[in-house]
Amino acid sequence: MFKRLGSTGTEVMLKVDGKPVRARSGDTVAAALLAAGIDHCRTTPVTGAPRAPYCLMGVCFDCLVTIDGVGSRQGCLVPVREGMAVETQLGRREAGR
Amino acid sequence: MAAGEYDVAVVGGGLVGAATSWGLAREGLRVALLDEGDRAVRASRGNFALVWVQSKGLGLAAYAGWTIRSSDAWGGFADLLKQETGLDVCFQRPGGFHLCLSEKEFEARADALHRLHGQPGIVAYKTEMLDRSRLSRMLPDIGPEVVGASYCPLDGHVNSLRLFRTLHTAIAARGVTYLPSHRVETIVKQGGEFRLATAQGEIRAGKVALAAGNANMQLAPMVGLEAPMRPERGQIVVTERLRPFLHYPVVTLRQTDEGTVMVGDSKEESTDPAGLTLGVSATEVERAVRQFPLLANVNVVRTWSAIRVMTQDGFPIYDESESHPGAFVLCCHSGVTLCANHALTVAPMIARGALDKSLVAPFSARRFHVQAAG
Amino acid sequence: MNAADLPSSCDLVVIGGGPAGLAAAALAARAGVQTVLFDENAGVGGQIYRGITATPVEDRAILGADYWAGVGLVDEARASGAVIVNGAIVWSLDPARRVGVSIAGKARLIQARQVIVATGSLERPLPIPGWTLPGVMTAGAAQTALKAQGLVPDGRTVMAGAGPLLWLLAAQLLRAGAKIEAILDTAPRMNWLRAAWHLPDFALSPYWSKGLALLREVKAKVPVIRVDRVEAHGRDRFAEVAFGSASGERRMKADLLLLHHGVVPNVNLALAAGVAHRWNGRQLCFEPVVDQDFGTSIPGIAVAGDGAGIAGGTAAAERGRIAAIAAVAALKPDAILPQVQAIRQRLAREEMGRAFLDVLYQPAPGHRRPVGDTIVCRCEEVTARQVRDAADLGCEGPNQMKAFLRCGMGPCQGRLCGLTVTELIAEQRRSNPAEVGYYRLRPPVKPISLAELASLPISDAERKAVER
Repeated sequence: MFKRLGSTGTEVMLKVDGKPVRARSGDTVAAALLAAGIDHCRTTPVTGAPRAPYCLMGVCFDCLVTIDGVGSRQGCLVPVREGMAVETQLGRREAGR
Repeated sequence: MAAGEYDVAVVGGGLVGAATSWGLAREGLRVALLDEGDRAVRASRGNFALVWVQSKGLGLAAYAGWTIRSSDAWGGFADLLKQETGLDVCFQRPGGFHLCLSEKEFEARADALHRLHGQPGIVAYKTEMLDRSRLSRMLPDIGPEVVGASYCPLDGHVNSLRLFRTLHTAIAARGVTYLPSHRVETIVKQGGEFRLATAQGEIRAGKVALAAGNANMQLAPMVGLEAPMRPERGQIVVTERLRPFLHYPVVTLRQTDEGTVMVGDSKEESTDPAGLTLGVSATEVERAVRQFPLLANVNVVRTWSAIRVMTQDGFPIYDESESHPGAFVLCCHSGVTLCANHALTVAPMIARGALDKSLVAPFSARRFHVQAAG
Repeated sequence: MNAADLPSSCDLVVIGGGPAGLAAAALAARAGVQTVLFDENAGVGGQIYRGITATPVEDRAILGADYWAGVGLVDEARASGAVIVNGAIVWSLDPARRVGVSIAGKARLIQARQVIVATGSLERPLPIPGWTLPGVMTAGAAQTALKAQGLVPDGRTVMAGAGPLLWLLAAQLLRAGAKIEAILDTAPRMNWLRAAWHLPDFALSPYWSKGLALLREVKAKVPVIRVDRVEAHGRDRFAEVAFGSASGERRMKADLLLLHHGVVPNVNLALAAGVAHRWNGRQLCFEPVVDQDFGTSIPGIAVAGDGAGIAGGTAAAERGRIAAIAAVAALKPDAILPQVQAIRQRLAREEMGRAFLDVLYQPAPGHRRPVGDTIVCRCEEVTARQVRDAADLGCEGPNQMKAFLRCGMGPCQGRLCGLTVTELIAEQRRSNPAEVGYYRLRPPVKPISLAELASLPISDAERKAVER
């Protein structure tokens, strides 16, 4: 869905649902998912419909993902870190995660 | 009968007024429901949605029986609403808990229940104190500070916002005339009928039922009734939707059918519904996290404050006017718990034109004078 | 910075690190006022100067000179002595000017003597069928990805909507090498008739020549189709856009649909603080009521920048300076300050062409008030039909609507449905948005965890309100 204009920054490796994904320093989690061509990052807690990042500016909450075991993080506000584990959030969040 | 004339005018479009209107319409009456606008001070949008029995009635034994009557009627009431509207208000009665976070709280709770059930004339029903080991079999996620709880199998809850919408859907289907932005300024009885003045014009009706919450305090004296109130503010914190983890309501914490967790039960002396005291919300959730530590990382998505409809002694008022026959007043804090009674018991009494003293005599506002004289 | 390192009180708190916030913080700190600026992103710049300190986009022509003007603002703010805290999410502001902020999962309350809210704008929702599908994004999102991460749409891209930013983004994406299949222009032709009256002012504004050049640049490379209806289709992701125009119905396969409908003030924080707002009938949105110094109905709280009504990035910086001068004057009457009159004149010039743009790009009623099963509230998945039916039931305003349908109750707290719900109720009840009003908002305006909320200071009276 998106390509990178150049190759500035250093490479950062994430795990997305257990699979390695290449990102760049300076990416937010949401940007890294878009750059990797991942087509949805959560399903809604109401009907289970798939959603992907929509506004990338912190207002729509469609980029909610589980990051390092903590659910409902706004992917567009969290910078990537080496070794970060990102998970698709399916439906309602589980209390305690 | 001319347009603008009704058998009954119900004042107040919250849960009490809507349930009463529904009950009156079922009796075949032509009902007008007069309500305020979108920014009304409305307890029905801020309640905690419990259908709650335990601890009701300390100080007025009859209140326990009245509460149990409604609790017992709730299941059938919810079914009726579903038949009429297709909407499920998700009434459940799994029993409910009052959690204690210290030995001191546990003892105070046991003592309060002992005094409640020791009152003369109180209806017999079961509430028991559970120690931690028994409690944790029913609520496995409790935190280490929880020492025990009281449990009453009659306690339950509903989806109260859906109940609110369902009642409005049901009264529309039954032909009740709903009049929003009709704040009632004055009520007079003239030529055998009640005339209710609003900024939108006058509404005339043969009977009037006041269900305007704390505003009954001003309205009731216009028809020879009284409703001494002491409003107080409560705050609720609501979380994001979670997978089901809590299958019983706790008096200060419940998981809704939609998955959100509501945390509440604060009391502050305030009549400002827009205000919010952050430290009060902080206390509520601090206790919630001690009760259920798995909630620590869960997000708050909104908070709510609302003004409780509270009479001066905390018990309901149901009265009919001697000077203005046909005028009735209904005041209560527990608009959800008592909803079935209002719809199925009180509304038919109003339709007949007289309250059934065998059921509601203890809730007359005359009790305030008896106390004052004594 | 760690939340624990913050002072418990502060002379001036500026919320938001876009042009208004940066300019305000710089001016106040240089005048000797203790200033803290909170911004929720990893770097300052706001949306217009997003990524300004770290953008991987090296070719300056791509983002254009107006973008790079942001460097000066950041340098000024950094040199001023203002404490700039990024990754700081402000979730509460109360009338006593206590600011609730979270940094790295730790919450604090900071008492401020003066507050400047510079939370800017967000894109007006364009609730079309299918707008929740993955593969449909706001145009602003694509611009953010370009500025901050150098990401360019790959594959077939269609843009739809109206507004000056749509053309700017199209030009930037084209310069960056994106392939745009079509721009579906939703601005009603009739707008021209009403906008023409404001044309003389616009012709004198700096936007006149810039705007014309942008239009020429984009139209030379992309077909622009006037449409009165747009729908996104696809099963689990966007695959095809359908649209209706004078030449009939058409469908076009595409990979990415970018929607834009102009921008509106981001009012949540100011509303939750209790700041009085009013309906702006030309910009079709709610905005705070402000005085000439951008002071609000609450003493000591100003709203500057696009948050006070849309006027663009350059105007936002001037507004920030004016608000800062007023804040400094209140805190430090003997401070040496720049002449406010000169700033007001620059601001007036920036705002000159606004009426023309507002009217020209005013979205058509059909695009603001959806029908049928189109989702209105993305969080709770509430449809236009449900909202209209509840309005017919007697529901007169968004707060009763929220109680009935849960619209606005999700994590976005109505940011993406509020205006739509208000307009739908107004239409259904033959009222108007000013009369219908907006959601009542309370803190936290951004989600915080229960543990964070529980960690706030609690007084004895507050504890007794719960533990009885």
